[in-house]
Amino acid sequence: MGGSASMLPREALSEYQELTFLSKQEILLAYKRFSALLPKEERVNVCSARVPKSQILTLPELRANPFQHRICHVFSTSEDGDDSMSFEDFLDMLSVFSDSATSDIKSHYAFRIFDFDDDGTLDRKDLEKLVNCLTGQGEESRLSNMEMEQLIQNILEESDIDKDGTINLSEFQHVISRSPDFASSFKIIL
Amino acid sequence: MRNILKNLVINISTIHHTQLTPRVTLRCLHCGLCRCIRCSEQATEVGPAIQQDWNKYQSLQEVVTGLAWTFNKLWLPEDFPAAAPAGFLQQLPSYQSALRRRAGGSQRRAGAQGSAGLSGGEPRGPEQQGREPEARPAREQPLSIAEKRRLRDCQQADIKHLSGWQQWKRTSSKSLRKVLNEAKELSSHLELWRHDIHSIEGKFGTGIQSYFSFLRFLVLLNFIIFILMFSFVTLPSIISKYGIFNSTIAKIPPKNTEPHCTVYKPSSNEGLVYFYTYLKDLLSGTGFLEVTSLFYGYYTIDAAWFSVLNYNLPLAYLLTTFAYLALSLIWIIKRSVDGFKQNLVHGEDQFQSYCNKIFAGWDFCITDPNAAQLKHHSLLCELQADLEEERLKQKIADRTMKEKLRIYSLRICINIIVIAVLSGCFYSIFRATVFSRENSSDVSNTDFQANLLVQYLPSIVITLANFIAPQIFSFLITFEDYSPAFEIRLTLMRCVFVRLANIGVLLFSLWSHISDCATDECKACGYNYELYPCWESEVGQEMYKLTIFDFIIILSVTLFLDFPRKLLVTHCPCKPVQWCGLRVFGISDNVLEIIYGQTICWIGTFFSPLLPAIATIKYFIIFYIKKISLMHTCKPAARPLRASSSNFFFLVVLLIGLVLAFIPLGISIAYISSSKACGPFRSFNTSWAVVPDTVSGFPAGLQQVLNGIASEAFAVPFFMVICLVMFYFIALARAHKRVVEQLREQLVLESRDKLFLIRKITEAQRHP
Repeated sequence: MGGSASMLPREALSEYQELTFLSKQEILLAYKRFSALLPKEERVNVCSARVPKSQILTLPELRANPFQHRICHVFSTSEDGDDSMSFEDFLDMLSVFSDSATSDIKSHYAFRIFDFDDDGTLDRKDLEKLVNCLTGQGEESRLSNMEMEQLIQNILEESDIDKDGTINLSEFQHVISRSPDFASSFKIIL
Repeated sequence: MRNILKNLVINISTIHHTQLTPRVTLRCLHCGLCRCIRCSEQATEVGPAIQQDWNKYQSLQEVVTGLAWTFNKLWLPEDFPAAAPAGFLQQLPSYQSALRRRAGGSQRRAGAQGSAGLSGGEPRGPEQQGREPEARPAREQPLSIAEKRRLRDCQQADIKHLSGWQQWKRTSSKSLRKVLNEAKELSSHLELWRHDIHSIEGKFGTGIQSYFSFLRFLVLLNFIIFILMFSFVTLPSIISKYGIFNSTIAKIPPKNTEPHCTVYKPSSNEGLVYFYTYLKDLLSGTGFLEVTSLFYGYYTIDAAWFSVLNYNLPLAYLLTTFAYLALSLIWIIKRSVDGFKQNLVHGEDQFQSYCNKIFAGWDFCITDPNAAQLKHHSLLCELQADLEEERLKQKIADRTMKEKLRIYSLRICINIIVIAVLSGCFYSIFRATVFSRENSSDVSNTDFQANLLVQYLPSIVITLANFIAPQIFSFLITFEDYSPAFEIRLTLMRCVFVRLANIGVLLFSLWSHISDCATDECKACGYNYELYPCWESEVGQEMYKLTIFDFIIILSVTLFLDFPRKLLVTHCPCKPVQWCGLRVFGISDNVLEIIYGQTICWIGTFFSPLLPAIATIKYFIIFYIKKISLMHTCKPAARPLRASSSNFFFLVVLLIGLVLAFIPLGISIAYISSSKACGPFRSFNTSWAVVPDTVSGFPAGLQQVLNGIASEAFAVPFFMVICLVMFYFIALARAHKRVVEQLREQLVLESRDKLFLIRKITEAQRHP
């Protein structure tokens, strides 16, 4: 990256440090990685540029992730709904997935990622999609219909406290707060 | 209209965790503080019409406030002193039962809330308003950065209303936090292998990462033990032996011991030394190595004088031994406390297993497409296995008497076979030790290889047993018809048992030899003085050999087995080779391997004070070997361990190893007579005898106190007090468990509240 034009200003850096869970090194690394995604002529103005979704998904950290589309969708602040990401969105994403983020915030975003139809609750359709994402998309790697039915039934039995057939955010956070693996698995290391 | 209202209620139900979720009219009702951004946003979101209606529905306002109150009561009792309309609340089902339960309990809190607490939805005092945004800094809000920036600016604007003292407090705590962050960042650079472990985690997930973190922990632990031993035992004796700093050593000739007991001539090779003898000595700790500071025999010093200062080396030796054992124990316990807590709380809670697997199933760290493929596959298998297990349980419940009989008799048979295998292992180790002891001195020095082989026979047999027994166990377990999860656990426990019991058997056979006395002369010494003139050094040698051999095995398996296999698989396309594939990187096997080494190190450190240094170097190199073999020559296991369970499991097995190390050390310190020919304890009957001896040199008052502590008159009441404390904690744990149950019940009640409130809302809508 040539010249001082592509450096992150100091004030912005300390502001990002305050507003995210990232350390200085992590922010600088994120900056470097993000500007590498931009075409050459836009690198002068990294902070205001937006990277299209297809470009974001080429990151190795997201490439292998079955929830890549959802992650882009949840963290994008793009107004025209193309799931493109600005540098701040990118930082936001890394902050949530960083080691030092609180479990509250992690579970909040996990809920939004798993909520495939964006209706504020996890219903049976969401859970089915979630399980399919976990087991892989291929035909042979799916659970049979009966197994899926049983699995979803079990999940709802465990977590749906008010028995309305869906899992809302508070139920989800309650379940997550008792899940021993969540904090260690819900992170992305750049 | 109705939809929006419903939406509101749903959103309100999320408030307890993320108080600042934007859509909340609650904000306006409760705290006047956030009105600046929250209310205006609310208006644009819900629409001005609703805002007006909202004011019309007085009862609705009550509904919302009451709802928030119930949730806050449950989750945020302290920092959300409730503001709720009293009349309405008393109708709530959960309030009724809470009242009953808390009748005597929360006087204090009710007092603290004061009259403002239950008197209705008035805005809270300025102090409370000020406190809340401080408790949750902007970055902890689930908002995008632009919104967080706005929120922060808003919070900063509020600061201006505060008094000078509070402003100062706020800014100083902020700068303190900044400094702490900087310090943390700096210290993270010093962390060993931070980058390596990160890259492993990124590539293979958290299960394998936990193995490498564990390895790093052992390197650190051994290094600290080494520092301890070196600075308190080795360094003083070296300094005094060479007379640096005007130091002298005092060698008190042993009193009241038979002269024949004190004969000890280590066979250090004089004159021309052949290379192979040199190599043999280096590998088996005999010859020139026996008289170096590596072994117990070197420390034949009774007291060291640093000009006028007297350094009591025997006491220091014993106390350092206790110190390193205590340090290991405390460190392990400290590390395992978190996992233990989790296991204690969630152990019996089987209702969460599916949620844990689904919601926390994916490891977001994985960047490698192959690893991702593997993860998909393993998740699928795991889910299928769990569902299958559920059906199996059904099947087990349906078993007939005859089938049950058949299975139980089969299991008994297989357990008998397991015991037979175990006793076979133990017997062969015992025989090998005896054979090696009897023959190692007979074989002439010229027959180098045979001698070395005989020297290393116990180590070889133990390694073979460690290798073969688990294979047999994993084969046998398939007949026992257990559930898959239990199968893995049982096999693991059996392997742990084999590994650790093997060391036990080796030590037992050594011990039976050492204390094997037939003649009166021998009894006078208290140990077999002919074969073992300095038995501590011999035990140290045995541990040294085991450590070295373990290291050689790990190194050569990677170098001569995995590496050719990798070459074959990549370059030879024929079927059987491809079917064999690469070696699986099994975490549990690898962990057992290093825990076995660590147990040896703990036992050996007393007999060979510099063994921790060797162990540190060994684990340091093993880290790189394992990393290379994981990256290049092995494939990760198809069914990986979960990080949560594996971390705890590692530490539990390590703890078992440590406790096992306590037993032989305790016996050899307190029970077996220390050698009279060498070592710091030669003028004492046993190693422990140095403690009473030192105490007798103390002033009379202190002596009485110490004697009092050691006497039964103190020990029995002390023991009873300990018992009482324990009972208290057990009772406390039970009470906590009951509270957990009650809270769970309360959760159900809360959900009923919610349904009730929704019903109320719809009613209110119908009759405006």
